[in-house]
Amino acid sequence: MSTEPPARIAINSDTDIVAARAQGRKLAGQLGFNSTDATVIATAVSEVARNIVQHAGQGQIEFDEVRDQNRVGIRIVARDRGPGIADVEKALQPGYSTSSSLGLGLPGAKRLMDAFDIKSEPGKGTTVTMTKWNR
Amino acid sequence: MRVPILRQAKYLIASIQSALTDQELLQLRDDLLEQTGRYRARGVVVDVTVLDVMDSFAARTLRSIGHLLNLRGAETVIVGIQPEVAISMVQLGLNLEGVATALDLEEGLAFLDERTDQ
Repeated sequence: MSTEPPARIAINSDTDIVAARAQGRKLAGQLGFNSTDATVIATAVSEVARNIVQHAGQGQIEFDEVRDQNRVGIRIVARDRGPGIADVEKALQPGYSTSSSLGLGLPGAKRLMDAFDIKSEPGKGTTVTMTKWNR
Repeated sequence: MRVPILRQAKYLIASIQSALTDQELLQLRDDLLEQTGRYRARGVVVDVTVLDVMDSFAARTLRSIGHLLNLRGAETVIVGIQPEVAISMVQLGLNLEGVATALDLEEGLAFLDERTDQ
């Protein structure tokens, strides 16, 4: 995707959460998503960005354009080298939380997007990949 | 940036001016809690019209503002949730359970007048 500003955002603090969701909204708009879908995407970005800040302290989020035969979408990859998630299945159940949140973060992001995948290794970090298609 | 809080008779009006960081949201909660006591406010309006994203943290913080102020004897009403934001919140499974909402500032003040018998 020939996007500028860069389609990668470093996540180190809660200020970066705001920057990441603004970036997600902007790129979604550029890819033709309507304003409701752009809001949904920005909200999902906010949840995965917060997950990085709360559990890993730092990481990054990449935004990419994806295409299949007849549609265009946005793929968001959130990576950190934090403690990892011991039980990914459990972390995706609404209400499960290791911090003081409501545990809606990751399951919430999953609900908002069309595709959602977590790869996590305890001690090595977590990668969340999520995609939304424009229809 | 700190959210400005205006005083109008027995009410406080917190008018959010831009996207807020988590820290700024918590600051707003603390400021409202403090000012509600200091000014003996009976009602508080939190205007979120400019917020273009309401994620789980923001919803949780607004809900706790409502519950905290209720314990201090004030009614809280959240106004100005945008249609796109409402759709995202429902998809995400968020609600403001136990905290009143109104369309805009005018409706929010009318609600407070009713609830506080002004």
